[in-house]
Amino acid sequence: MTTTTIDDAPFIEPSTKARRNYLNDEYGVLSWLLTKDHKRIAIMYLFSVTLFFVVGGVLAFLMRLELLTPEGDMFTSDTYNKLFTLHGIVMIFFFLIPAIPAVLGNFLLPIMLGAKDLAFPKLNLLSWYIYMIGGTFGVIVIITGGVDTGWTFYTPFSTQYSNTKVFLTTMGAFITGFSSILTGLNFLVTTHRMRAPGLTWFRLPLFVWSMYATSIVIMLATPVLAITLVLLMVERVLQVGIFDPALGGDPVLYQHMFWFYSHPAVYIMILPGMAVISECVAAFTRKKIFGYKFVAFSSLAIAFLGFLVWAHHMFVAGISVYSAMIFSFLSMLVAVPSAIKVFNWTATMYKASVSWQTPMLYVLGFIGLFTIGGVTGLFLGALGIDVHVHDSYFVVAHFHYIMVGGTIMAYMAGIHYWWPKITGRMYPEWWGRLSALLVFVGFNLTFFPQFLVGYVGMPRRYHAYAPEFQVLNVLSTAGATILAVGYLLPMLYLGWSLKFGRKAGTNPWGAVGLEWATTSPPPKENFHETPVVTWEAYDYPAFLKAMRETQHV
Amino acid sequence: MAQEHGHQPDHETYHGHAAPHHQAPLTAYFLVFGALMVLTVLTVWVSRIDLGALNTAVAMAIAVVKALVVILWFMHVIHSPRLTWIVVISSFLWLAVLFVLTFSDYLTRHWKMS
Amino acid sequence: MSDVTLHHGAEHAAEPHGHEHHHPFLQHHFEDMGQQHEASTLGMWFFVAQEILFFGGIFAAYFVYREMYPDAWKAGSHHQNWQIGAANTVVLIGSSLTMALAVWGAQGARRKFTTLMLVLTLILGAVFVGVKGYEYAEHIHEGLFPGASFTYTEATPALTRGVELFMTFYFTMTGLHALHMVIGAGLLLYFIRRAWRGDFGPEYYGPIEIMGLYWHFVDIVWIFLFPLLYLV
Repeated sequence: MTTTTIDDAPFIEPSTKARRNYLNDEYGVLSWLLTKDHKRIAIMYLFSVTLFFVVGGVLAFLMRLELLTPEGDMFTSDTYNKLFTLHGIVMIFFFLIPAIPAVLGNFLLPIMLGAKDLAFPKLNLLSWYIYMIGGTFGVIVIITGGVDTGWTFYTPFSTQYSNTKVFLTTMGAFITGFSSILTGLNFLVTTHRMRAPGLTWFRLPLFVWSMYATSIVIMLATPVLAITLVLLMVERVLQVGIFDPALGGDPVLYQHMFWFYSHPAVYIMILPGMAVISECVAAFTRKKIFGYKFVAFSSLAIAFLGFLVWAHHMFVAGISVYSAMIFSFLSMLVAVPSAIKVFNWTATMYKASVSWQTPMLYVLGFIGLFTIGGVTGLFLGALGIDVHVHDSYFVVAHFHYIMVGGTIMAYMAGIHYWWPKITGRMYPEWWGRLSALLVFVGFNLTFFPQFLVGYVGMPRRYHAYAPEFQVLNVLSTAGATILAVGYLLPMLYLGWSLKFGRKAGTNPWGAVGLEWATTSPPPKENFHETPVVTWEAYDYPAFLKAMRETQHV
Repeated sequence: MAQEHGHQPDHETYHGHAAPHHQAPLTAYFLVFGALMVLTVLTVWVSRIDLGALNTAVAMAIAVVKALVVILWFMHVIHSPRLTWIVVISSFLWLAVLFVLTFSDYLTRHWKMS
Repeated sequence: MSDVTLHHGAEHAAEPHGHEHHHPFLQHHFEDMGQQHEASTLGMWFFVAQEILFFGGIFAAYFVYREMYPDAWKAGSHHQNWQIGAANTVVLIGSSLTMALAVWGAQGARRKFTTLMLVLTLILGAVFVGVKGYEYAEHIHEGLFPGASFTYTEATPALTRGVELFMTFYFTMTGLHALHMVIGAGLLLYFIRRAWRGDFGPEYYGPIEIMGLYWHFVDIVWIFLFPLLYLV
C-alpha cells in the first residue's frame, strides 16, 4: 500500500522543446467553428453553457428580489410567471442537461478510453450547432416577450390560453433535444467500439460508466419529449383538442408523456455529476473507489429505475390512486442505487489520506447536499406527504438541493479538477477554496429556508405570499446574493489563470487515468502513441510507477 | 475478457481489419418479401371478420410478426452481434414500460376502493 | 497484481500517409475499416432505437384515446380507403425489398445492380408519398382536416369531436412518417450518386447498410400504422 502523498506526485515540467497541443495546433475563428476535435467542441460548449447559466441566474435573481417582500410589488404576476418559466427552461435545457456531458464528457471521454476522438466527430460538431440554434430560439423568446406556462408547459393553458411565445419555446426545446440525443449516441458508440487495447469494461473509470448510463437515458427518454412537444405544437397551431378537456382530450395524458422524459431527465442531470464525484473521490483519497462494481452497476440501475417513477410528479393531477401507489413504491426503489453510491464514496474516504483541494471541497458539499436532496425526494415520493407539500417551496428546495447542491457542485468540482488538463494551467487554489465556501454557505442560506417555508404552506410560482413567510424569504434572497458571488469569482479567476496561472504538468494531482498519461493540454490526437492499458481501475501504485518510468512528455 | 496486447477489444465480433461480411443468399430476401405479402393479406382479411376486442390484438400480433421478419432478415439482425440484439430489444422494452405504466393509470381510473 | 507497463502501441499514430495501405474512405480517428463499419452500424442502431421511442410515444397516446373513444376511432377509420392503404403497404414493403437487394449488391460490388435497386427504392418511396398526398387532398376536400377547417359532421357532436381527434392523430402520425420518407428519399439520392461512382464493395458497404436500416425502420412504422389507422 503506497504512502505517497499528493506532494510526491511527479510534477513533470513541460519539456522545453516546442510542444503542439490542441489549443495551438491551428489558429483562427474558423479552425474553431469548423473543428471536429472533441476537445475544441467541449470548449465551445463551455462558453455557451456558461452564457446560459448567467442568463438563468439573472432570472433567478430577479425572482428573489421580488420575493423580498410579501406583496407582488416589483413585477406583475404575468411577468413573474415569465421569470420562473424562463429560469426553468434556460437552466434545465440550456445549462444542466448539456453542461457536464457536453463540456467534461466531450473533452474527457475519448481520452479516458484511449481513443483519438469520439466515434462521430462531425456529428459532435453538429450537436453544438443544433444546441446553439435551440438556444437562439430561447434568446429570441426572452427578447420578444417570454413565455409564462412554467417549464412544464401544462395543457390546456399552454395550448389554448397562454398569450406568450409557447410555440417558439417548444420549438427551441425540441431542437435542443436533438443535440442531446446526438451526444448520447456518440458516447455510447465510442464506449462500445473505441476502447484502447486492454481497456475492458471493469478497468474503465467510473466516470465512463456514469456517462454511459446517462447516454442510455438520453437516447430513450428524449425522443418521447420530442413527440410530446410535437403534439403540443400541433394542438396550439391547429387549435385542436389533443390534450384539451373541453375538446375531448386528456391533459393528464400530456403530463404522462411529458414526465416520461422529464423524470429521467433529472437523472440525465445528476448521473454526470456522480461521474465527476467518483473521479474526484478516487483522486483526492488516492484510493480505488470502494465497491467499484457496485458503483458501476448502480449507474445502470439508476438509468433503468429512473424510467419507472415519472407519475410521482402527478400524484394530485387526477391519476388513479392505484397507479399512484405503484409509482410511489417504485420511487422508493430508485433511491437505493443513489444511496449505494453515497455509501461507497464515503467508505472510500474512510481512513484515507484525504487532501482538501478545491475539487474535494465541492465533492464534500455534493455528498452532503445531494443526500439531503435525495432524502427529501423520498418524502415527496410518499403519497401522503406529497398531498400536503406538492407545488410548495418544499418541492422547489428539494430539486434545487439536487440540481444546484448536487449537479452544479459536481460541475464546479470537475471544472477545477480537470482545468489543468484542459488548459495547461493551474487555477489559484485559495481563490478556489474561498469560492467553494461561498457557494456552500450561499447555497444553504438560499435553499434551506425554502424547505421550511414550503412545509408551512408557501406555494411555488407565486410572486406574492403571506406576510409570515417574509423572514425566511429575506434569508433566502441574502443567500442568493452570496451564491452569486461564489459563482462569479471562478469565472474571474479561471479566466485569469489562462494567462497567469501556474503551468501544469502532465499529472498535477497524481491521479490514475488515461487523461493523466498525456500532456496538459493534450495533443490534438490525444496521445502521441496509442496507449495499451494493463492496469486495473484506480491502481495507484502501479499507474504512478509506470508514469515515472515511461513518461515522455 | 481481459486482453493483453493487440487490437481486440472484448467483443466477439471484431474481425480485425476488414468489414464483417455476411452475404445472405438472394433467395432469402424474396422469401421474406413473400412472407410479408401473405401477412399483409392476412391482416386485411382478418380485419373484415368481427372478432370484437380480439381484432386489435390479432392485428397487432400480425404486425409484430411482420416487424420481426423485417428486423431479423432485412435488417440482418439475425446475423448481427449480440449488442445489436440488446439495443433492439431494450428499445421495445422501454416502450413497453411507457405503455404498461401509462395504462396502469387509465385502466384503473374508474375502479372503486371498497 | 497485474503487470503494469505503459506500452505504446507502435502501429498507427505517427505513421505518415501512404506508408501503410489505407482504404480511401477510412476516417482517421478509427483504427481500421472494421472498427469504422462496426461503429457506424451501431450508431445507426442507436438512432433507430430512439426513433422507436419517438414514434412509440405517439402510438401510446393513440392507444389511450382508442380505449377512451372506440366508436370515434372506428368512425374515423372508416374515412380511410383501406384498399389504397393496402396497396401503399405493398409498395412500401416492395421498396424494403429493393433496399435490401441494394445492400446485397453493394456487398458484392455490383455497381449497376446496386444503383438500379436504389433507384427503384426511391421510385417506390416516391409513389408511396404521392399516394399519401392524394389521400390527404381527398381528406381536406371532405373537410376532415382538423382545426378550423374541420367541417365534417358525424351523427353526434361527441362523435364529431372524437373523429376530429382521430384525424389529428392520422395526420400527425402519417405526416411524421411521410417526413421520414422524404428525408430518406434525399439520402437515397446521395447514395445513388455514390453507388454509381463505384464507392462500395466488400471492403466498404457500411453506408448502404445503414441507409437500409433507416429505410426498413420507416417501413416497420408503416406496418403498424396501416392496421391501426385503416382497419379499426
